[in-house]
Amino acid sequence: MTALTLTNVCKSFGAVEVLRDINLTVEDGEFVVFVGPSGCGKSTLLRVIAGLEDATSGTVNIGGDVVNAVPPAKRGIAMVFQSYALYPHLSVRDNMALGLRQERQSKSVIDARVDKAVQMLDLGAYIDRRPSDLSGGQRQRVAIGRAIVREPKLFLFDEPLSNLDAALRMNTRIEIAELHRTLSASMIYVTHDQTEAMTLADKIVVLRDGRVEQVGSPMELYNNPANRFVAGFLGSPAMNFLERAPLDIPPGGALGIRPEHLRPTKGGRISGNVTHVERLGGDTNLLVATDHDETLTVRLFGQDPTRVGAQIELDFDDTSAFRFDQDNCRVA
Amino acid sequence: MSIARTNRFNTLAAHGALILYTLIALFPVFVIVINSFKNRRAIFREPLAMPNSETFSLIGYETVLKQGDFFLYFQNSMIVTVGSLFFILLFGAMAAFALAEYRFKGNTLMGLYLALGIMIPIRIGTVAILEMMVQTGLVNTLWALILVYTAQGLPLAVFILSEFMRQVSDDLKNAGRIDGLSEYRIFFQLVLPLVRPAMATVAVFNMIPIWNDLWFPLILAPAEEVKTLTLGSQVFIGQFVTDWNAVLSALSLAILPVMALYVIFSRQLIRGITSGAVK
Ligand SMILES: Nc1ncnc2c1ncn2[C@@H]1O[C@H](COP(=O)(O)OP(=O)(O)OP(=O)(O)O)[C@@H](O)[C@H]1O
Ligand SMILES: [Mg+2]
Repeated sequence: MTALTLTNVCKSFGAVEVLRDINLTVEDGEFVVFVGPSGCGKSTLLRVIAGLEDATSGTVNIGGDVVNAVPPAKRGIAMVFQSYALYPHLSVRDNMALGLRQERQSKSVIDARVDKAVQMLDLGAYIDRRPSDLSGGQRQRVAIGRAIVREPKLFLFDEPLSNLDAALRMNTRIEIAELHRTLSASMIYVTHDQTEAMTLADKIVVLRDGRVEQVGSPMELYNNPANRFVAGFLGSPAMNFLERAPLDIPPGGALGIRPEHLRPTKGGRISGNVTHVERLGGDTNLLVATDHDETLTVRLFGQDPTRVGAQIELDFDDTSAFRFDQDNCRVA
Repeated sequence: MSIARTNRFNTLAAHGALILYTLIALFPVFVIVINSFKNRRAIFREPLAMPNSETFSLIGYETVLKQGDFFLYFQNSMIVTVGSLFFILLFGAMAAFALAEYRFKGNTLMGLYLALGIMIPIRIGTVAILEMMVQTGLVNTLWALILVYTAQGLPLAVFILSEFMRQVSDDLKNAGRIDGLSEYRIFFQLVLPLVRPAMATVAVFNMIPIWNDLWFPLILAPAEEVKTLTLGSQVFIGQFVTDWNAVLSALSLAILPVMALYVIFSRQLIRGITSGAVK
């Protein structure tokens, strides 16, 4: 069964088209991540699915029912926001219970579900506190708890971790992955973060200007990007694009090489000057200005003694390079 | 005040300026209050002297309490002020929420129309208002005053409150919608508590002019049983003789309720005024 099917969904604010003809399915239990540059319509798409915005045209189908005219509370979804959005006047327990009370669940059901969520998220110590007395990480866990207790068919996360610091982000990311395994619910997750997208997703949806650019598993997108945009968007450091080097480049197009596929080789096909070195301990990133005035990033594993200003010759495997034509579509 | 102030001189200068300003602002009030406790001759001979055993007199207060139905006036003023504030805040906040929250045709136009009243004084329409009140039989009722003051206060209330409501997080309202709260509960339980400082600001700015107004009570409700305090005090001011003891005592008494209301709102007010500056 499919948890969510979007058919030809469009959304415009006045004359501005924000979403254009989105078609998408989310299978039961699937973890789908939306990525894309800022302003491409990720949050808007999530709000359309949640029913907080009406689609201008197209249908939204959740768990087999067309829900275009169904209010958010009755769609069987729960949402976690970037800003936590906890009710400031309610305790942690009441924050979680409010949605169930609105559904007129019995007290025993409410207590049981809240207790279960509290245990799952390790919130026992804070149950009677107000949101203002919690740290950012705790608040976000309460927000996740508020979503869990409703036992929705579909979870929606809008950049839930971007207000947390790096260490906490990693812990919470792992928690969300565990949650997905235990609940085996369908989840849609919006993020800017490469690592979150690659590690959490069963399926990544790359959006750009309100259009779906490509859908696939993280490795499919990484190894087999359909166009230059997807190729450049996934992967960190980003893929190098060569347009002027005297290599086998499609006319008007570009040759894409991932930083880890470039290696220093005597007599290599690309030569240049090292302009900057980033030593990360585990890896070393070199920025190289080629003889044809293009900048490349080279990722070397381990520590490397290369210095700024050194002359360097690079080469790559033709099989690991991507070719894009003048319309930025992949040709080989 | 989390900034450590190292410069003592600046601190002193700032406090000096504030204290000076406070003294200047309070001086007229102080003069009114001390003179209300003196006999008539002392008021004129030495208006700035404190009352002493010779000049002390409660004659003003006695006149006020005997003359007319001072407590009734008091009550009328209170009902009119509190009633008007209630409706200004209720309807102002509701209109502001609609303008800030919902996209509909003519939203901006409606906002401008509602804000127009800030620039056009309601007194221009006095004749029309009076005619309307006569026709609806509301003349000489407190409702006439409450309705007029509500209309007078709404434009500024809508303007200020909608600005504040735009700042309330969309995510919070959306979380409420997903949890199944009605728009009314989102408004009353989530949004209103967050704009409380702005509401207090609006309340204080509206309270004083309403309490002190003489114009509309004189025109719309001059009857004895609906007189407000300001209007009631006018009996002591004659064309030829003025009972200064009574006027000063009435004024001193009139300060009290406004002060009480102000204290209720002031904590919120201070937060409202500084909320933009210190976040
Ligand atoms: N209520 C609105 N009225 C008009 N335009 C809007 C409205 N909401 C969003 N937009 C526009 O829609 C576009 C997409 O916004 P959206 O918030 O979906 O982007 P996003 O992909 O979530 O970006 P980010 O990654 O920065 O969160 C933006 O250009 C934005 O200006
Ligand atoms: Mg967004």
